[in-house]
Amino acid sequence: MKVLLTLFLTGFTLTAQVTYERIAAAASEAGNWLTYSGGYAGYRYSALRRINRTNVARLRPAWIYQTNDLNNFEATPIVADGVMYISEPPSNAAALDLRTGRPIWMFRRPLPGPVGVCCGQVNRGVALLGDRVFLGTLDGHLLALDSRTGHLLWDRALADYQSGYSITVAPLALKDKVIVGVSGGEYGIRGFLDAYDVRSGERLWRFWTVPGPGEPGHDTWEGDSWKTGSAATWLTGSYDPALNLLYWGTGNPGPNYNGEGRSGDNLYSTSLLALDASTGKLKWYFQFTPHDTHDWDANHVPVLIDAVFQGKPRKLVAVANRNGFFYLFDRQTGEYLLGRQYAKQTWAKGLDGRGRPIVIPATEPAPEGTLVFPGVHGATNWNSPSYSPDTRLMYVAAREEGTVFYRATAEYKAGSYFSAGGMRGIPGVEPSGSIKALDPLTGEQRWEFPLHSPPWAGVLSTAGGLVFSGTNEGNIFALDAASGKALWDFQAGAPVYAGPMSYEFEGKQYLAVTAGRSLMAFTVAEQP
Amino acid sequence: MTAAENRQLVGYVRGLGRAKAAPSQGDRANGERLFWSKGNCGQCHTVGPRGGRLGPDLTAIGTSRGPDHLRESLLNPEADVPDTFTAYRRVIYMPDNFLQVRVITRDGRQITGIRVNEDTFTIQIRDSSDRVYSFRKDELHELHKDWGKSPMPGYRGVLSDSEIQDVIAYLLSLQGAP
Repeated sequence: MKVLLTLFLTGFTLTAQVTYERIAAAASEAGNWLTYSGGYAGYRYSALRRINRTNVARLRPAWIYQTNDLNNFEATPIVADGVMYISEPPSNAAALDLRTGRPIWMFRRPLPGPVGVCCGQVNRGVALLGDRVFLGTLDGHLLALDSRTGHLLWDRALADYQSGYSITVAPLALKDKVIVGVSGGEYGIRGFLDAYDVRSGERLWRFWTVPGPGEPGHDTWEGDSWKTGSAATWLTGSYDPALNLLYWGTGNPGPNYNGEGRSGDNLYSTSLLALDASTGKLKWYFQFTPHDTHDWDANHVPVLIDAVFQGKPRKLVAVANRNGFFYLFDRQTGEYLLGRQYAKQTWAKGLDGRGRPIVIPATEPAPEGTLVFPGVHGATNWNSPSYSPDTRLMYVAAREEGTVFYRATAEYKAGSYFSAGGMRGIPGVEPSGSIKALDPLTGEQRWEFPLHSPPWAGVLSTAGGLVFSGTNEGNIFALDAASGKALWDFQAGAPVYAGPMSYEFEGKQYLAVTAGRSLMAFTVAEQP
Repeated sequence: MTAAENRQLVGYVRGLGRAKAAPSQGDRANGERLFWSKGNCGQCHTVGPRGGRLGPDLTAIGTSRGPDHLRESLLNPEADVPDTFTAYRRVIYMPDNFLQVRVITRDGRQITGIRVNEDTFTIQIRDSSDRVYSFRKDELHELHKDWGKSPMPGYRGVLSDSEIQDVIAYLLSLQGAP
């Protein structure tokens, strides 16, 4: 009682200052979760260990918060100094009390009208810096909110939503700026990545992911096809503070399934970009799937690992790509170090010495259909991988699913769907999935935990020796990070479309993850 | 597209799955009698409020299947086992492909039935006596999925040619809930 009374009287003031320095050193304050992936390195790893292999079987719901929107709830919560900050579909935000899940403030933004989005009216989270919360909106705006009240401080339109742009990404805040990308790869946008001043909201730089006339890479597009080249930037990237480099993935070239009018590699679609965070200048890039026609966006969270590779200490970046291959690069130079198939694929004989795929002929979409693995949603998708510095393994939510791809024609009309084809599943084949533990220094698989269907949930690993994720059928579960053995599962009753995260409050560790309309916080039940 | 064009497209796509009522040469009334008696079809199939739940609901089968398909299904049930997996069907709340499964529990019980539902950790099964079982997969010694198999017997030799014709006539008359 005394403890409770003390806490009640102490309370929290909602005046937290989450500085850049705190986010850069996020690993040193494991009780919080200060940025989308938990830290700039993209690990989605919690150093908390109160929930561990010995007690995870007693994990129980502590509270549930529910949205009133039926779109997928794909946000990763941010937790700082006793408060949880979330985004909700379609373009809303809230601050929640960590003891109860009850809102402290709610920010509601009505959409101006119908907004074209390929894959649901979703939002994947907010960013926090100083006393501000940053939220991207489906109609293409970036907003700054007062973290104490939810009041709107500034509002910047990035692009015209009526021409197909939208924002679903959780922004990334660093130093004095907030980085935000755009969606719209199925609408023939010209992709870009932006940086905005956190105080004034002024745009500091823009990197066009499809080069314009006179810029390097422009000659990888046929005629005017660059104008509708897409290469959207719809998933949060990673950041190396020491190198001051951003690592950000780009999406499919447009139109998705017909490359006839856009011959060439179509830079910088389906690529990993390394950008100077101060200027937005391109330091290096790697294109995973040149001239993609299977919608294999490279919108993945890059994982930044420092390790000895082939006898030398290296600064590395690892990506398990939608195209079925795992890649490792030197993140200072962009040097390709290795690539290895990690899921079923039928489109490439392998990768050459520079990591370029050796494409098998006749695997492009065709009017009569072409069956290819991985399918349209890839061997993994946007759902975050996790890297544990304890096991030194990278955990990937993998999809085993083929697609019959069709090529058609499409005429570009601003704001209209522009995919030039379609797809269907394979008759008689039930798609499946797995959590795969990969050694990032070799790409070798250490273990695999099978899932009933191809997952959309991200993965969290913890210092408690656990890996958490979820399923389309509503399971939220924990695996032994070393062996892949299932240790706990809970039926939440609706699909899990987000990555789990973990935080500490009042001496207890919590697991938080969304399922259906619910955000659920779990903690270990006391022993009777 | 305009709202009107959207409605036209939806109407067209909906129409793709509907077979025109085919002329039948059989005796519909006798087919109905056979369906519920000698054929024992109603043990597994539902028509309206009546029947079993082990196989597909046939209440509107006459709107989506023609006489040739129905004949093949009666004579060779495994020729076209239902399958509904598509690339864009992201979540399957209830599988509707009536997959036949066989399990052996750790304590040696053997159960064969239709998969009612499944997730990564559990499976629910309905057996031929309409009993529903729910298992955690880690309780099972073996779990077999009989892809392409059907518990439905072939009716060649069970029903005469004319009786099959009558059952087809009955099935073709099933156009949905009254």
